[in-house]
Amino acid sequence: MFPELNNLLNTTPDRAEQGKLTLLCDAKTDGSFLVHHFLSFYLKANCKVCFVALIQSFSHYNIVGQKLGVSLTAARESGQLVFLEGLKSSVDVFFRAQAAPHPLQFLREADAGNLQPLYEFVREALKPVGDGQAAWRCPVLLVDDLSVLLSLGLGAVAVLDFVHYCRVAVCWERKGNIVALVHDSGDAEDEENDILLNGLSHQSHLILRAEGLATGFCRDVHGQLRVLWRTPSQPAAQRDRSLTYQYKIQDKSVSFFAKGMSPAVL
Amino acid sequence: MAAVATCGTGAGSTGSIAAAASKNNVTSFQRKGPRASGTDSGCSRLVSIAGTRPSVRNGQLLVSTGLPALDQLLGGGLAVGTVLLIEEDKYNIYSSLVFKYFLAEGIINGHTLLVASVKEDPADILQELPAPLLDDNCKKDFDEDVCNDKTPDSNIKMKIAWRYQLLPKMEQSGPVSSSRFGHYYDASKRMPQELIEASKWHGFFFPEKLSSTNIESCSLTHGYRKLLQFIQNVIYEEGFDGSSPQKKQKNILRIGIQSLGSPLWGDDICCTENCDNSHSLTKFLYVLRGLLRTSLSACIITMPTHLIQNKAVIARVTNLSDTVVGLESFIGSERETNPLYKDYHGLIHIRQIPRLNNLIYDVSDVKDLAFKLKRKLFTIEWVQDNYLRQERNIYPPGFSYLLKQKDSAWGEGSLQHSTFLMSFLAKATAFASRLVRHSEPLKQTGSGRILQAAGPRLWHDGRRQEAPGLLAIPP
Repeated sequence: MFPELNNLLNTTPDRAEQGKLTLLCDAKTDGSFLVHHFLSFYLKANCKVCFVALIQSFSHYNIVGQKLGVSLTAARESGQLVFLEGLKSSVDVFFRAQAAPHPLQFLREADAGNLQPLYEFVREALKPVGDGQAAWRCPVLLVDDLSVLLSLGLGAVAVLDFVHYCRVAVCWERKGNIVALVHDSGDAEDEENDILLNGLSHQSHLILRAEGLATGFCRDVHGQLRVLWRTPSQPAAQRDRSLTYQYKIQDKSVSFFAKGMSPAVL
Repeated sequence: MAAVATCGTGAGSTGSIAAAASKNNVTSFQRKGPRASGTDSGCSRLVSIAGTRPSVRNGQLLVSTGLPALDQLLGGGLAVGTVLLIEEDKYNIYSSLVFKYFLAEGIINGHTLLVASVKEDPADILQELPAPLLDDNCKKDFDEDVCNDKTPDSNIKMKIAWRYQLLPKMEQSGPVSSSRFGHYYDASKRMPQELIEASKWHGFFFPEKLSSTNIESCSLTHGYRKLLQFIQNVIYEEGFDGSSPQKKQKNILRIGIQSLGSPLWGDDICCTENCDNSHSLTKFLYVLRGLLRTSLSACIITMPTHLIQNKAVIARVTNLSDTVVGLESFIGSERETNPLYKDYHGLIHIRQIPRLNNLIYDVSDVKDLAFKLKRKLFTIEWVQDNYLRQERNIYPPGFSYLLKQKDSAWGEGSLQHSTFLMSFLAKATAFASRLVRHSEPLKQTGSGRILQAAGPRLWHDGRRQEAPGLLAIPP
């Protein structure tokens, strides 16, 4: 969790909003630092988190999480975090013979149809526990990242359907949040990915877009972050306003500053 | 990932060094140089895995790519459990060389190899590996090769051009300093036969594995599925996955896959833009990466990306690999005749460096890189393009950052540009006060670019002392 980003978004773990879909998007840079932010943010906010991690291993997220002050192993043991490790499961799904149904079952199928098993998994993971220890505040679904699903043979529509189902189940029924990362393919003209990105941009409440500098690599400024609020409940002055900040990623945090105001220049 | 293994070996190697020092009965300040580790190699190798070292930044176990200069650019080496993707140059000359360096480094360190190819028999590829420059005669060869290209006085420290000291240093240390991690190879000689015979390797030659029987319906192209099963078998049976305890000492599996994605693999992404199984390649990479992350292995893949018709596939492939390095040779391109590049054979682009266990990644400051195949050595050097050269000559240090920030309205010739330049000059007190005290209008001098930018408006209208940013001396 980066305190500076919380300030920009005007939020803290104590008063996290509910029922929102946040879209993280990165173009020509790596936006994974945003995923780490939201993972630690919601774990600190005492939310029940289901993390569909398709791109990195558990140990990676765990070690970065420790730098940001949360322990994923402890959260997993206490039942706060449900972690689906895509890379590891892919080997199991691909090489084991037809066994029990798996959330990533589509890897085995010749024509990947839909993401229903994954949706069932998410719904099961975020189901409210009946007994007294339902101390978690609201359920949160975190996906890193949705673009990988396209590479694994699913269509953009199937992924959009999945997100829609999850919105109904998580955001609406349980008053929870969804955070998902999508790459912006930029000039690669990836049509499927564009459909996915546009479709998600249309329905999300908050869009965080990390972009590499148009002028290329710079040691002191790693990129710029655009914040776009689309929540109707915001006051009129804040609605539909877009803010741009530049950022520099450090070892354990990220510092944000106004455009052109890097400490290295001033 | 190999995080657990990393911790274990890291602790083990320091322990073994201490043990070796006490055994030799010398002072505890044992020099950890190449000579010391050379004599104790038998002892220390027992504990740590040969040819690996832990990363300073993220604790991952690293292996060398066989090119020490490339290791340095990738943040020390290639992390175990990750994929290195080499984008082939147009005629596949230099990329196959890099591929062979990677395998040769494995043979020198006693790693197990797995070579997969559709064009050449893996046994033939192994026969053509370059010979290592080992300790005794390598120093001579290396010096000879370096001196061929450089005049002797390049070693003398330049006093006048102080700014050259700020330039990033490229790997110039020679074979001796890094003799246990990353070796230098002589591209003009072949690897000695006895080394190849002593090594352990598995070959996957796709035409041999073709079977017409039982082609069951699967989401992957036939060739990719066979290869994945082959790799998984090797990893599982030889215990490279940590699950079954290895009887003998731990070792690294080096996987090399040549020309992945080419039509010979039965993949049609190189032929049409909208193909049916365009997901085969990305799916293969995903499962391969899953295999690598759970085992002690590192993988190099060369891919003819210039043949792939659909640019979207390249972007997806890049996202699914860890490290991506592009080679662009000058052969047949107009850059071959460009005088700027006359010393080089091609450009090397570091397209992606993974973030492992970290928010940030090891990135080198050097961006404009060219490679050159000397008589024996493959070297990577920094090339300054014309723009950078001009900029370094004209602008004060630290100014280049702003020039790169064209976004922030600091373009050359703009108002901000000139004001900033003025305030920059004002900080150099001596220079600025000389300008102010000067009574007659300034002549345009040789280094006139600055004066032009600052503009005659400020200098020549008689109100120079009020110019912003300058040291105004009250009358």
